[in-house]
Amino acid sequence: MADSLLSYISLAMILFSIGLLGVISRKNIFIVYMSIELMLNAVNLIFISLGRYYESMEPQVISILIIAVAAAEAAVFLSLIVVLYRRKRSLDSDIFNILSQKSAS
Amino acid sequence: MSSFLLSWIVLVPLLSAIILGLLYLYSIKIKKLSNKVFAIFGLTSPFISFAIAGLFFIQMLQDGKTIHYEAYKWLGVGSYNVSMGFMADNLSIFMILFVTFVGGLIHVYASGYMKDDEGYGKFFFYFNFFLASMLLLVLADSPIIMFIGWEGVGLCSYLLISYYYKDSENVLAGNKAFIANRVGDFGFIVAMITMFYYAGANGFDYVSLQNSIGNVPIEIVTYIGIALFIGAVGKSAQIPLYVWLPDAMAGPTPVSALIHAATMVTAGVYMVARFHFVYELIPNVGLVIAYIGAFSALFAATIATKQTDIKKILAYSTMSQLGYMFIAVGLGSYSVGIFHVFTHAFFKALLFMGAGAVIVALHHEQNIFKMGGMKKHTPVVFFTMLIATLSIAGIPPFSGFFSKDEILLSAFASGEYLLWGIGVLTAIMTAYYMFRLFFVVFFGKNSSEDRHIVELPKSILIPLVILAVGSILTGFLGVPELLGGTNLASQWLSEWKNTSLHIDHTTESVLMLINVLAALVGIFIAYKKFYKYDMTKVPKFSGMIWNKFYIDEIYDVLFVRSIKRLSSFIAMEIDIKIIDSLLMGLSSKFISIGHLVARVQNANTRFYAFVMLCGISLISIYLIIELR
Repeated sequence: MADSLLSYISLAMILFSIGLLGVISRKNIFIVYMSIELMLNAVNLIFISLGRYYESMEPQVISILIIAVAAAEAAVFLSLIVVLYRRKRSLDSDIFNILSQKSAS
Repeated sequence: MSSFLLSWIVLVPLLSAIILGLLYLYSIKIKKLSNKVFAIFGLTSPFISFAIAGLFFIQMLQDGKTIHYEAYKWLGVGSYNVSMGFMADNLSIFMILFVTFVGGLIHVYASGYMKDDEGYGKFFFYFNFFLASMLLLVLADSPIIMFIGWEGVGLCSYLLISYYYKDSENVLAGNKAFIANRVGDFGFIVAMITMFYYAGANGFDYVSLQNSIGNVPIEIVTYIGIALFIGAVGKSAQIPLYVWLPDAMAGPTPVSALIHAATMVTAGVYMVARFHFVYELIPNVGLVIAYIGAFSALFAATIATKQTDIKKILAYSTMSQLGYMFIAVGLGSYSVGIFHVFTHAFFKALLFMGAGAVIVALHHEQNIFKMGGMKKHTPVVFFTMLIATLSIAGIPPFSGFFSKDEILLSAFASGEYLLWGIGVLTAIMTAYYMFRLFFVVFFGKNSSEDRHIVELPKSILIPLVILAVGSILTGFLGVPELLGGTNLASQWLSEWKNTSLHIDHTTESVLMLINVLAALVGIFIAYKKFYKYDMTKVPKFSGMIWNKFYIDEIYDVLFVRSIKRLSSFIAMEIDIKIIDSLLMGLSSKFISIGHLVARVQNANTRFYAFVMLCGISLISIYLIIELR
């Protein structure tokens, strides 16, 4: 039982790291968004496997909640991406820099 | 008579001053008012005050009680109160009576003297305000209230010296007076604070202070006495703070008569007399006061012998007479000193007003060697000035003789023969320089006899006559026992403060004879040298005395220039090179640090995410190590 928990958590950590790497290294906003979703699901996986291990229902409730919130978030995120794209005709995250120190001064 | 009227002695001139100020503003901004409107307010207020003071005087003659009146609570700290209190005792009512009387006459004189001046209303505003401050100073029942009046008269003195403000020299003279007074005021403040700290626990009015000063250590009392005297020195123009008084003559002549001769400058003498309970404990400090007074008297008389400006001569003579007063109060003969203040107010105001009349008659000429022969042109001024000059010189039966004689008598009786000697020497010189002025102005032969003489108005001449009568009569209030009189002024003041002299009648008559002889010697020398003086051969003046012993120059080098150099050093070197460079360097460092930090804010989202990762990782590592 403990061994299989370790492998579940290892898988979740790998997934999380991939997502984090994606957030940091990719420019395309869509890829960044997908990476965030990947990280969310990695967390979900940890919750569920721990819930199974401790035979508790609460983590499963939380993961259901996360999925629901992620769905709502997806709607907001996608609409934001549409607005940003209309502004700049690009999905490169480096273009959106109006808060930088250079553009401020 | 209800005691609340006491405050109206001060309030009447104050209200009148406020009304005059508002009317003057109305007059210059909206519609021009005639001088009569100002004169009505300006001239009545001193006489109303005089009348009220007279009523109180009569009441006090009958029952001999000191009158207290507390108008309202002025300051309250916890359970400690300082009230706006007024006190009329034998000393202050005596001062009030002659201040309002002489002041009122000078107001009348000023209404004639200033009649062509544009700032007529402003002048009377200042004058009334001065009178209110002076009366507050005298009537106050605590040092703090006295200090309000003290500063008020200083302010008015400054405003009136710089009255002809279009000439920068007059403004500088005003500044000089104000700054020199400020040095003295600092002494007064220090004395007040010390007194409050050590003796103020049971109330801060004179009566409570008098009771509690006995418990204060004698060194502290000495300190208080010296600090108070510094205040008196500043106000009363004694060595070393006298330099402002001669320059103060830049103001209009009524100002010189009222403020710089008759009333304000005697405030220092009054203050020392008022704080007699302090000086009684420290006779040594009193002796120092007497010596400073004596040297001031001699010093000023020496300078006065060589001056040519009529008002400057009178200014130095004022300083010299103030020196006499300080001899008396320093030796503890307060009633004698105050009596000289009293007679001096009459004859010195008269001298100044006579000088002003001559100056007006000659189209504002102040050099005595350009006057001459005024006896023929202005006979009234001639007679009144003769009375005043005889009075200041100390010829019986004029008032100055009695008061000066008493001062020298008290110096002799106290065993201070040096003070007495200086006093007699000064008396010779006083007679000499006053008659020098008198002979040159009224008998000097002036070749340009056909000059145009301005007709003097009645408002100038009437006060002269009244004061001349006063100069004769006031002396008889203080006729010594020896001459078969009763010394009324001394009796009145001794109810307040008893000072009796122990001296036998033979010595007293010898001393009196010496005084008269001294005056006659001075007059004789002046007569020999200056009677019918030929104005065409006026000697060139030079030397130490003509240059006032170079004191102004020494002060200039010692204080003015060194402070200027110090302040320019601080401005140019310390401020710019040290303080500014420190602060500016510090702030520029902050700015460059800010620029450095601002680079982090580069709007690169991925960079932010990376930094967050690093941060969270570090926190996680920490938590893992701690919580394991």
